Amino acid sequence: MEFLDFLQALFVTPFTMMWQNPEFLLEVVIGGLLTGVMYSLVALGFVLIYKASGVFNFAQGTMVLFAALTFVGLLEHGVPVWATFILTVLVMILLAFIIERLVLRPLVNQEPIILFMATIGLSYLLDGFGEIAWGGDVHALDIGIPKEPLVFGGVLVNEFDLCAAAICGVLVTALAVFFQKTSIGRALRAVADDHQAALSVGIPLKTIWVIVWSVAGIVGLVAGILWGSNLGVQFSLSLVALKALPVLILGGLTSVPGAIVGGLIVGSGEKVAEVFWGPATGGAIEDWFAYALALVFLLFRPQGLFGERIIERV
Amino acid sequence: MSGGKRIGEPILEIRSISLSFGGVRALAEVSLEIRAHEVLAIIGPNGAGKTSMLNVINGFYHPQEGTITFKGRARRQMRPHEAAAQGIARTFQNVALFRGMTTLDNIMTGRLLKMRRNFLWQALHWGPALTEELEHRAFVEHIIDFLEIEAIRKTPVGQLPYGLQKRVELGRALAMEPELLLLDEPMAGMNVEEKEDMSRFILDVNDEFGTTIALIEHDMGVVMDISDRVVVLDYGCKIADGTPDDVRADAAVIDAYLGVAHDA
Amino acid sequence: MLYRETGQFKTSYVADQAIFPIRQDRYLAAAALVLAYVAVPILGTEYWLLTIMIPFLVFTLAAIGLNILTGYAGQLSLGTGGFMAVGAFATYKITTSFPGLNIVVVFVLAGIITALVGVMFGWPSLRIKGFYLAVATLASQFFLIWMFNKFPWFNNYTASGVISAPPRAVFGHFFVTGAEANPVNKYLFVLTVVVVMAFIAKNLVRGRVGRSWMAMRDMDIAAEIIGIRPLQTKLLAFAISSFYCGISGAMWAFIYTGGVEALAFDIDRSFQILFMIIIGGLGSILGSFLGAAFIVLLPIWLENVPRLLGVNIPVNYISNTQSMVFGALIVFFLIVEPRGLARLWQIGKEKLRMWPFPY
Repeated sequence: MEFLDFLQALFVTPFTMMWQNPEFLLEVVIGGLLTGVMYSLVALGFVLIYKASGVFNFAQGTMVLFAALTFVGLLEHGVPVWATFILTVLVMILLAFIIERLVLRPLVNQEPIILFMATIGLSYLLDGFGEIAWGGDVHALDIGIPKEPLVFGGVLVNEFDLCAAAICGVLVTALAVFFQKTSIGRALRAVADDHQAALSVGIPLKTIWVIVWSVAGIVGLVAGILWGSNLGVQFSLSLVALKALPVLILGGLTSVPGAIVGGLIVGSGEKVAEVFWGPATGGAIEDWFAYALALVFLLFRPQGLFGERIIERV
Repeated sequence: MSGGKRIGEPILEIRSISLSFGGVRALAEVSLEIRAHEVLAIIGPNGAGKTSMLNVINGFYHPQEGTITFKGRARRQMRPHEAAAQGIARTFQNVALFRGMTTLDNIMTGRLLKMRRNFLWQALHWGPALTEELEHRAFVEHIIDFLEIEAIRKTPVGQLPYGLQKRVELGRALAMEPELLLLDEPMAGMNVEEKEDMSRFILDVNDEFGTTIALIEHDMGVVMDISDRVVVLDYGCKIADGTPDDVRADAAVIDAYLGVAHDA
Repeated sequence: MLYRETGQFKTSYVADQAIFPIRQDRYLAAAALVLAYVAVPILGTEYWLLTIMIPFLVFTLAAIGLNILTGYAGQLSLGTGGFMAVGAFATYKITTSFPGLNIVVVFVLAGIITALVGVMFGWPSLRIKGFYLAVATLASQFFLIWMFNKFPWFNNYTASGVISAPPRAVFGHFFVTGAEANPVNKYLFVLTVVVVMAFIAKNLVRGRVGRSWMAMRDMDIAAEIIGIRPLQTKLLAFAISSFYCGISGAMWAFIYTGGVEALAFDIDRSFQILFMIIIGGLGSILGSFLGAAFIVLLPIWLENVPRLLGVNIPVNYISNTQSMVFGALIVFFLIVEPRGLARLWQIGKEKLRMWPFPY
C-alpha cells in the first residue's frame, strides 16, 4: 500500500494541488522566479570572468560572501551606507588586483583545470580569511530595502523580491551597455574571444583581467547585499552560491542572458519541486533539484541554452 | 614510379557526395574512386573541400547526399571508430597526437583495435594480456624502425619538433594496419630533406604492405613524383581526374590552380 | 652516484615495461613494503595506526579511483564523496542482511554496486564535457547524499539515525571491524587491500585499458578515429573508478570511523579527494599515494608547527587558519608544480642520477 501511496504522491497529488490552487502555484512560481534573480546575480559574476579570462571561477560564491561580510562589517562599525559601499567596492578592486598578480599571472599558460583548481584554493583562502577578519556569527543586514508583502490580484508577492528584480535589471542593463558601447567593453569581448589575438592588437591582458575581476566583485557585492538582507550575512551564503553552478550550465557558461534565464528557471523550478513534491519524499529536494534539472537540460543541449557550440576542428 | 605494381579494382567508390555546413557548400556532387594499391593525390586550392573529402571518407562528417561504398559495403553515415574498424586510417593537417603520451605509447594506441584480451587478465598484466602486449610491442617496434624514430621512443610527443610529430602520426596510422590510408598534407611545413624522407616512407608503405594511399598535398613536385592518379577539386567540385601528366596539362586545372609560367 | 642506471640494460620488452624498471626503484619499493608490513605495526603507536596510517591508506584508494577517472580518463568529477557513500551504505545493507557473508566478499559486492551506480551517473559524460561534466557530477553527489539521509531503509530504520559498523572478521578471530578489532589487524587488512588494488590499477593503466583512457583524455576525436569506442571507454572508467571509491568508502565507514553516516561523504569530501590528486599528480598512481599522505598530514602539521615555532593561534581561529593555509598551499602548488608531487619525485630522481655532479 505504501508504495502505491508513494506513486500517487509523486505523479498525481502535485498536479491536482496545482489545478486546485492556481493562485498558489503562481505565488510559488513568482517567489521562485525572484529567488532565481538572486541566483542570476551570482551566476553573472561567473559568466563575466569566464568570458573574459576563460577561468571557471569557483571562488565567485566566496567573493559574494566576502563582499557582503566587508560591507556588513563596515556598517557595524558605524560607517554610513554610501561610504561603506564605496569602500567595499575599493576592497573588491584591491582583491582583483591581488588575485591577478598572485594567481592569474603565474598560471597564465596552464590548462583550464589547473586554473579551476586554483580558484577552489582561492575560495578556501577567502573563506578562512573572511571569517577571521569579520567573525563567524550571523550578521543582520538592513539597508532599508522594503520587505512588505504585497498582494496583486490574489497573489502574494514580497516587495523585497520586486526590489531585487529591479536592481538586477538595472545591473544587467548597465553591464550590457558597458560591454556593447564602451571601448573597454569591446576590449573585454576581444579578450573573451581569443587571448592571443587580443594581445597581438595591443590589448593589455592584465589590465583587462583586473577590470573583469573587479566588475565581477562588484556584481558579487550587489548579490551579497541582496542575499544578506534576505537571509543575513553568514557562512552558508557561499554554499547557496554553489547553486549558481547549475544556473550557469543551464544557461551556458558564456552567456549573460543565459545566466538570467537560467537563474529564473532554476529558481522557480526548485521552489515548485520543493512545494509540490517535497511532502512525498521528505523534503529538502532543493538540495539536488537544481543540479538534476541542469543535468537533464545538458543532455539535450550540451552547451547550455545560450552557450556557444563548441565546434572542434581537426 | 609504379611500373610493375598491380593496381586493382576500386576499394572505395564515392558517388555524388554533397556536403554543406549551414549555407556553405563544401562538396558538390563529387564522385571519385580509389583503386586498391594505388597512390591517389587530391589537390586543389585552399577551401576546395579536400579535407572535407577525407573527413567524409572516414566518417567524421556526414554528407547530406550521396553514397560511399567501401570494400563493397555502401553507406552514407559511419562513425569514425567504425571506419577505423573497417580498415581506414588517417593523419591530420594539425597533428592530432596524444600530447600526454610518449611516441611509443602513441603508436601503441594504433594497435588498440587489435587488442582484445580480457579485462581480468589486463588487471594482472600477466598471462594472455602480457603476451598480447608484447606481440603488439614487437610490431610497433617494427614500425619505429621503419620510420627511423628509435631515438625518440620514450619522448613525450608534445616535446617533439613538428616534422617528427608528423612522422609519429604516420606511425600511429600504420600501426592500425589499414587497407586505406588517408594523409592530410603529410609534408606540410617540412624542408626538402624531410619531404624526401616522408615520400620515401609513403612509397615504401605502398610497396611493402600494399596499402592504398590517398593524400592531400600542395607540393606539386611530390604529387607528380609519387602518385599514380590525381584528383583535382575546386570550390567543392571535381574538375579533373587522371594520371599526373594528364592533369598537369588540363586547361581547367591550370586555370584554377597550377597557373602557367610567365616568361620575363 | 647512488642512483645510476648505467649497466642496467633491458633485454626484453617485459623488462622495459616493468613497473619499476630501475633496480634501485625495485629495492625502494621492496623496502617500503617491508617497512609497511613489519616496521609500522611493531613500532607504530595506536594513534599513528588509527589516525594516520589507516585514513592515509583509505584515502589513497579513493584518490586512485578519482585519478583513474579524472587523471587518466580526463573526466572531471566532483562526485567522489557520493560514490564513497554508496560503498559504505551498500556494505552496511549487505552485511546486516547476510551476517554470515565474509566481509571481504561484502566489500567486493559493495564495490560492484558502486560501479553500477557509477556507470549510471556516468552516462551523461558521453554528451557533456569539461566543466559542464563537473557540475553534472555534482548532481550525483547531492542526490546520493540526500537519498541516504532521507530514506530510513538505508540505516535499517534505526531510531537514532546513527549506525555503527557491526563487528566482522576476515577469518577466525582476525576481526577488522567493530570493537574487537585491534588496530594492528585493521591496519594490516587495509594495507593489503590497498597494495593489491594499487597493483591492479597500475597494471590497468599501463596496458591497453589505460592507453585508451589517456587517448580519450588527450584528444577524444583522434581517439575515436583510431577505433576507440567512446561509450565503452568512458563507462569503463566510471565503473572502475567507482569500484575503487566504493571500497574506499566502505573501509572508511567500517574500519576507520566505525560508523556509517552520509555526512562523512559530502561535497567537502569530494573536494578533498580532488585536492589529493591535484597535489599528488594527475595521472599517476604514485601521486595518489603522495597526495593522500599530504592531505592527511597537513592538519597535523598545521596544528603542531605553529606551536613549535612559538606562535600561538587562538583556538577559535585555528580551523580558519587551516582553511587559509590549505587554500594558499593549493594555489602555491599549482603555480610551482602543476603536475604535483609525483612530478617533483621524478625530478628528484633525475637529479639524483647526477648527484653529486651538477651536470
